[in-house]
Amino acid sequence: MRELLDDIDRWRNAGKRIALARVVDIQGSGPRGAGAAMAVNEDGEVIGSVSGGCVESAVVTEALAILAGEQLSRVVTFGYSDDDAFAVGLTCGGIIHLFIQPLEW
Amino acid sequence: MTPYETFSSHVRDNSPVALATIIEGPNVGAILVVTPEGAIGGTLGNDDIDRVVTRDTMGELEAGRTIVRHYGPQGQSTPEDLIDTDTVRVFIESFSPPPLMWIFGAVDFTAALARVAKILGYHVIVCDAREIFATRRRFPMADEVRVTWPTPMFEERGERLGPRDAVCILTHDPKFDVPAIAGALATKVGYIGVMGSRKTHAKRVERLADVGITSPEQLNRVHSPIGLDLGGRTPEETAISIVGEIISSRTGREARSLGATDGPIH
Repeated sequence: MRELLDDIDRWRNAGKRIALARVVDIQGSGPRGAGAAMAVNEDGEVIGSVSGGCVESAVVTEALAILAGEQLSRVVTFGYSDDDAFAVGLTCGGIIHLFIQPLEW
Repeated sequence: MTPYETFSSHVRDNSPVALATIIEGPNVGAILVVTPEGAIGGTLGNDDIDRVVTRDTMGELEAGRTIVRHYGPQGQSTPEDLIDTDTVRVFIESFSPPPLMWIFGAVDFTAALARVAKILGYHVIVCDAREIFATRRRFPMADEVRVTWPTPMFEERGERLGPRDAVCILTHDPKFDVPAIAGALATKVGYIGVMGSRKTHAKRVERLADVGITSPEQLNRVHSPIGLDLGGRTPEETAISIVGEIISSRTGREARSLGATDGPIH
């Protein structure tokens, strides 16, 4: 998240609402470890990344739903192969767990 | 200050700080900001859980670990206390200060190495005794440029170097190299690399012997000639080979092509 602070501060100073997505756990092979982070503002601008590009667009959709109040802060998981799965996965076959919340703290 | 402002000011000051965030259970999204001295902002909902999570987070921060831990709503952490209670999952994320890279010698290779090291997240200090070369204008990418000899630099700050850090000696000049190597060997620094041809290295080993550095344990810590055998020539290619060697010496890998090996990638 260190690398996101300048942009986050700029957004905060502009009064933008922000959602923060952080990788909390990885099972199997994953391109980025726990702590990888991205942030999305209410205008849909995105900084950072949480995988090698496999799940970022799905994370943006989730983050915007949380900012819109359609979803609560929660852990989302990508890479499951069962029917509850999201439509996206990691090309390397790993499972990635992210916590997404509004940055209102 | 909000918890975020407290947290971000510590990160910017390169002071160790951790975030403990409830990711499941009551109070999802609640945040506690923790430093090695204790909690300094936010709350997870009650004093009991704050106290237990603060203690655990201080331990994880000390180890530089990022991990999910499980508690009861009042911070219960023993398995029998967790039966028949809600489980609170807490994501503990440690932000350690960036690793250090000291580069001795203000030469062309230095600028390229400093640039690559910044990409990898190092706090980079360029050090040379020659005032006209060791300037901010030549090394704007470095975090600090010091005009000094190696020995005072190590005396002043050598204790700060640890296993995650690197000392790269690019001077090519024995009156600078030898004290820099001796200074680095007296620290706990994880990587020491010295530039020079194989011939230069052989002569340098003789000079090191003159100052009493002869043991294989000491000499094995010195990577020289510096870098992996990539066959590159330019300062930028050399910089990549140096940081490649730093990574492979940390992971203990042989730095071959993944296509030529089997086993886990990470």
